[in-house]
Amino acid sequence: MNYKRPKADVVIVGLGWSGSTMAEELTRAGLKVVAIERGAWRDTSTSFPTTRDPDELSGSVRKDILQAPVTETYTVRNKVGQTALPMRKYHNLTLGNNVGGAGTHWAGASWRWLPFDHQPYSHVMQRYGAGQLVDGLILQDWGVTYDDLEPFYDRFEKIAGTSGTAGVINGQRQPGGNPFEGSRTSPYPTPALERSRANVLFAEAATRLGYHPFPVPSAMIGAPYKNALGLNLAPCTYCGYCQLYGCGNWSKSSPNICILPVLMQRPNFTVVTECEVIRINTTPDRKMATGVTFVDSDGNTGEQPADIVITATFTLDNTRLLLLSGISTPYDVASGQGVVGRAFTFQTLSWGFMFFENEYLNPFMNTGALATQIDDFNGDNFDHTGLGFIGGAGIQSLSNQGLPIGMAGLLPQGSPQWGKGWKQAFRKGYQNYAQIQGQGTSFAHREQFLDLDPTYKDRFGQPLLRITFDYNENDRRSGRFIRDKCVEIAREMGATQVGGDSFADRPYSGYTPWDSSHVQGGVVMGEDPRTSVQNRFQQNWDIPNLFVIGASSFPNNAGYNPTVAVGATTLWTAKAIRDLYLKNPGPLVRL
Amino acid sequence: MARNLLRTALRTCMRGGLLLSAVTFLAHGAQAQDGGTDAQVERGRYLAIAGDCLACHTAPGGRPFAGGLDLKTPFGIITSSNITSDRDTGIGSWTQPQFERAVRHGKSPDRYLYPAMPYTAYVKITDTDISDLWAYIRTIPAVNNRVVTNKLPFPYNIRTLMIGWNMLFFDRSAFAPDPSRSAQVNRGAYLVEGLEHCGTCHTTKNAFGGDTRATYQGTSLQGWYAPDLSNNTHTGLGGWSADDIVTYLRAGTNRHTASSGPMTETIENSTQHLTEADLQAIAAYFKSLPQRTVTVPAPLPASNRQMMAGAREFTVQCSACHVSTGAGIANMIPTLQHNPAVNAPNPDSLINIVLRGTDGPVTTANPTGAAMPSFGWKLHDDQIANILTYIRNSMGNAAPAVLASDVGRARKAIDAQKVVWH
Repeated sequence: MNYKRPKADVVIVGLGWSGSTMAEELTRAGLKVVAIERGAWRDTSTSFPTTRDPDELSGSVRKDILQAPVTETYTVRNKVGQTALPMRKYHNLTLGNNVGGAGTHWAGASWRWLPFDHQPYSHVMQRYGAGQLVDGLILQDWGVTYDDLEPFYDRFEKIAGTSGTAGVINGQRQPGGNPFEGSRTSPYPTPALERSRANVLFAEAATRLGYHPFPVPSAMIGAPYKNALGLNLAPCTYCGYCQLYGCGNWSKSSPNICILPVLMQRPNFTVVTECEVIRINTTPDRKMATGVTFVDSDGNTGEQPADIVITATFTLDNTRLLLLSGISTPYDVASGQGVVGRAFTFQTLSWGFMFFENEYLNPFMNTGALATQIDDFNGDNFDHTGLGFIGGAGIQSLSNQGLPIGMAGLLPQGSPQWGKGWKQAFRKGYQNYAQIQGQGTSFAHREQFLDLDPTYKDRFGQPLLRITFDYNENDRRSGRFIRDKCVEIAREMGATQVGGDSFADRPYSGYTPWDSSHVQGGVVMGEDPRTSVQNRFQQNWDIPNLFVIGASSFPNNAGYNPTVAVGATTLWTAKAIRDLYLKNPGPLVRL
Repeated sequence: MARNLLRTALRTCMRGGLLLSAVTFLAHGAQAQDGGTDAQVERGRYLAIAGDCLACHTAPGGRPFAGGLDLKTPFGIITSSNITSDRDTGIGSWTQPQFERAVRHGKSPDRYLYPAMPYTAYVKITDTDISDLWAYIRTIPAVNNRVVTNKLPFPYNIRTLMIGWNMLFFDRSAFAPDPSRSAQVNRGAYLVEGLEHCGTCHTTKNAFGGDTRATYQGTSLQGWYAPDLSNNTHTGLGGWSADDIVTYLRAGTNRHTASSGPMTETIENSTQHLTEADLQAIAAYFKSLPQRTVTVPAPLPASNRQMMAGAREFTVQCSACHVSTGAGIANMIPTLQHNPAVNAPNPDSLINIVLRGTDGPVTTANPTGAAMPSFGWKLHDDQIANILTYIRNSMGNAAPAVLASDVGRARKAIDAQKVVWH
């Protein structure tokens, strides 16, 4: 059966962080907003009650909270010419499957990206020149700068209740914070988390080496806080069940805690759950979007007409939706022309792993983003002259795991694999294992892209999205550089057994344990319609009433987690819609 | 019996719930028709919110004011009436004097009302306010919905019994301002005693449901204990400032606590919509009540068997949210320290909240809605008894121990879940 819902002012596809942030802004402006979400309703008190002990087997091992590959997956190949195969098991991407999106189960590292990350092209050209770029690298500015975004970063942190220690406020260095961060107008809304024992050892070692450790800004709330929307958040209890779990303690910034209770009170807001949008509809001349078509949980097809269409789905799904809808020109790898699916990036992870002899690291006291970091080798915070690459990584001591099943495999080399000896080794290893993560930048390359798979289809018969990705030479060089720094700090921390790894030294696989879940790009914003799908306001160059928001807009990936940058750019676009577009509907940037 | 009837009915109608759409209707829906002026209708709309008429006179999912909410009492079911302007099934054919008589004196044109309709409090409503309320009620669009209100079995179905009850317990005196007190306190008294009918739940009743002299000193109503509002720090409002009271009635939370049970619905439906001046007046009135001395028992020693077991359970079950010191989180999670509700002589509300949990208040001022989860499925009677005994005798509190048998009785009475393991 086909049906048509009453027309809305705005339809938002996906109700995760970016969708709910946008919905809050636009309903507050008086618009009638309908959000369509593939997942089911979740709320804090009833979906994640604190009376129910979290279960590592269903949470971390079976990943019950994530979207199952059977619902939608991606095909992957490393190079053009290979046949891509679908990822049929859980993989490195951790997709939300409920109202709140991945914002419900995320680990919560809450970064403002560096000023460099928003203008990498101008910055590199000015400091090093084109010779610094490896062959085929795509580097471009966003069209919006850190300074443009600062008020929106600030607002988003005050919605999320981000915890942290400021490093630079109004140009003034602050003790204990990140000296490399872009200047802030206000401190973090809530104080930084307590440090784990591993964090303390890392901070001491990094300081001895002349680096500048600081607490990673976090979605784990540092103190009771009333957020910008009047919602109350409670401090984190370090319960140890964070990433891949919803928080029933009102202690992890999520759309469910920070936005939805307010949004659901608004009579001009509607959320339609368990419906998957399969197409953005346009006028026959493709000059305007007219709404979206979705399939509901009964298998019926519905249409939601709207004056403005905003897609706020996962990065890869934003790209796929444009390709499925025939909007804007798909990227063609042979000619290098076209924009949708171009400028796709992953992240470049490096690790230092270590064991101590007689530590009591007490890893059971942890939370998602309990980490201490140095940014001395992130972005362009150091001189890359002669290094042959750009970018780097945030290098952090990460205390985000202490659960028994997950820790069972982390034993010093040479440990017995079974029996009494294994038990003894596990008991010791549990208290003595620590890790340093280098979360590395990633820059787009002309041979990394997204398109529709020619073979594999989803449950509705639509083509899956195909990822063509392998690490490029820039990734390999920066990965090794960062791995060596991780190992250097691990040794300085006093560990007796130290190992290191740079994932970029092997071909990319979606199944690599410990890998990043952060993919960016495909529908990037920019200054030139030949190299971007959208203008600096995340408005489609061809269809002025279509806005695609989220990390799909970012033409490069930082050495950071993306959520707060997504929040800031969403608020930036919301303001543009409210203050500019509504007054004068049409292109907000004219060339 | 009438006592239970009255208070059960009140509780049920509060718990009957109120849909957002109904509130929206109340706020915007009614349009002035012939008769009252716009200003009069607007005043009447406000009075209807203060009196919380909608809560009882709307069935779950039903049209606003069309009645049909079943009030389940130990004596049988009373169903709220249709008070829309439908001439056939509502009160569209009534005159203002008939309306006045029903609201203030419990006598509709053709029958006596049961005190489930709080006319015992509404008798304090002034003539002007009755007139304004009528002007508003008349604007409610007609809904044809025939309601059989009296489904009580014999002999409670004999409405004329209420003549005798009224003679004994119904104080018909009108509200009389006390010239020795400020206009603000008098305004507060008028609201509290009349439209907001706070005493209906919070004043201790005699065996027949008539008010005793223990005004606002708290009483038990079917699974809940409407707490003491009198001026003492141990069990009453003595430790709350006027601002604490205003914030609580506006937001459902304040620096000490968060509302629970039927009071949450009262706040959401009624008090949060009152003007700042009226909330301040209510607070001023409560703060003007005379100091009352209550006997504070000696707390149980920490070495008591229940206290030791309760302390352990508290750490495991409660401390993550209420914080290990019991301090809670302001405007969200109640503090357990020096908490008058924890010290209540009757632990019914505490047992109820632990067994069934309670929704958090969702108000414009504080939409958070942080709930207390249910422990009924998880904790045995003795575990709950030990936790409550510990909380009631530590952190600055002192109150009688709670027994496992108390919890067991409550579990049955309020139909709470059984423990899922043994």
